[in-house]
Amino acid sequence: MTKTALLALGCPEFPVQTSTAIYLAYKLQKHGITPVFAGNKSALLLVKVADPERHYCNGKMMNLDMTIGALSTRNIDFDFCFVFVHSDSGIAYLASIHALSKGKMVAIVFGKCAEELTEQCKNICEHVLAAPVIHNPLPLKELIDGVSTWLHV
Amino acid sequence: MASCIEELDYEILLAHTTFAKCSKLIQNRCREIYFVTPGYKIFNIYLIGIPPLPIGIEDDHVLIAYIKPCHGAFALKIPGGSEIERIRKELKK
Repeated sequence: MTKTALLALGCPEFPVQTSTAIYLAYKLQKHGITPVFAGNKSALLLVKVADPERHYCNGKMMNLDMTIGALSTRNIDFDFCFVFVHSDSGIAYLASIHALSKGKMVAIVFGKCAEELTEQCKNICEHVLAAPVIHNPLPLKELIDGVSTWLHV
Repeated sequence: MASCIEELDYEILLAHTTFAKCSKLIQNRCREIYFVTPGYKIFNIYLIGIPPLPIGIEDDHVLIAYIKPCHGAFALKIPGGSEIERIRKELKK
């Protein structure tokens, strides 16, 4: 059965999020893992418009709060959960998804408060990819490239 | 039952803040408190936050922390209706 990965997007106010999420989806597909995007309307539209033929995002797209509901009622779960965090709201979603999913959790931390948020993420989940970036996706891309070593665990 | 927070007649007690500050306000303000895990459903909303999540009862109102990805955390005071008795039954102290 194909493995699935949740990509839980935060508010798309920082450009680095959409680019990094699409790149992560591409990498996951290369490993045979189907990415499932969850976010608010704007966050999902940014992904949809950037990938109109769904080359990189071939899985489902779900409303973030509906995803929490589906996890809560055990109607859905994922092998991996990647949660994008750049604010206190991101920490709240990370903690909630961690509490509801049996999947391997990874926090992807970025933005102005990345250092402070990284410490909070480490209290919640084992794997944290962090870079204090807003516009430049390359530091996060390099961290994602290193993820492949434990994707099959 | 309402399906969206915007359909509820809520009062905002704290806005654009952190989950921790909302949690503290609820715990300081309410004498009757219940703690739940993320994903607990109330008013057709799945609660989000760092567990344990407080639900406060103040007279005939319910106080919760509500998270919006782009706007932070809000402490909301919502008319409880039948939800209060359900909460009391489900989450006996």
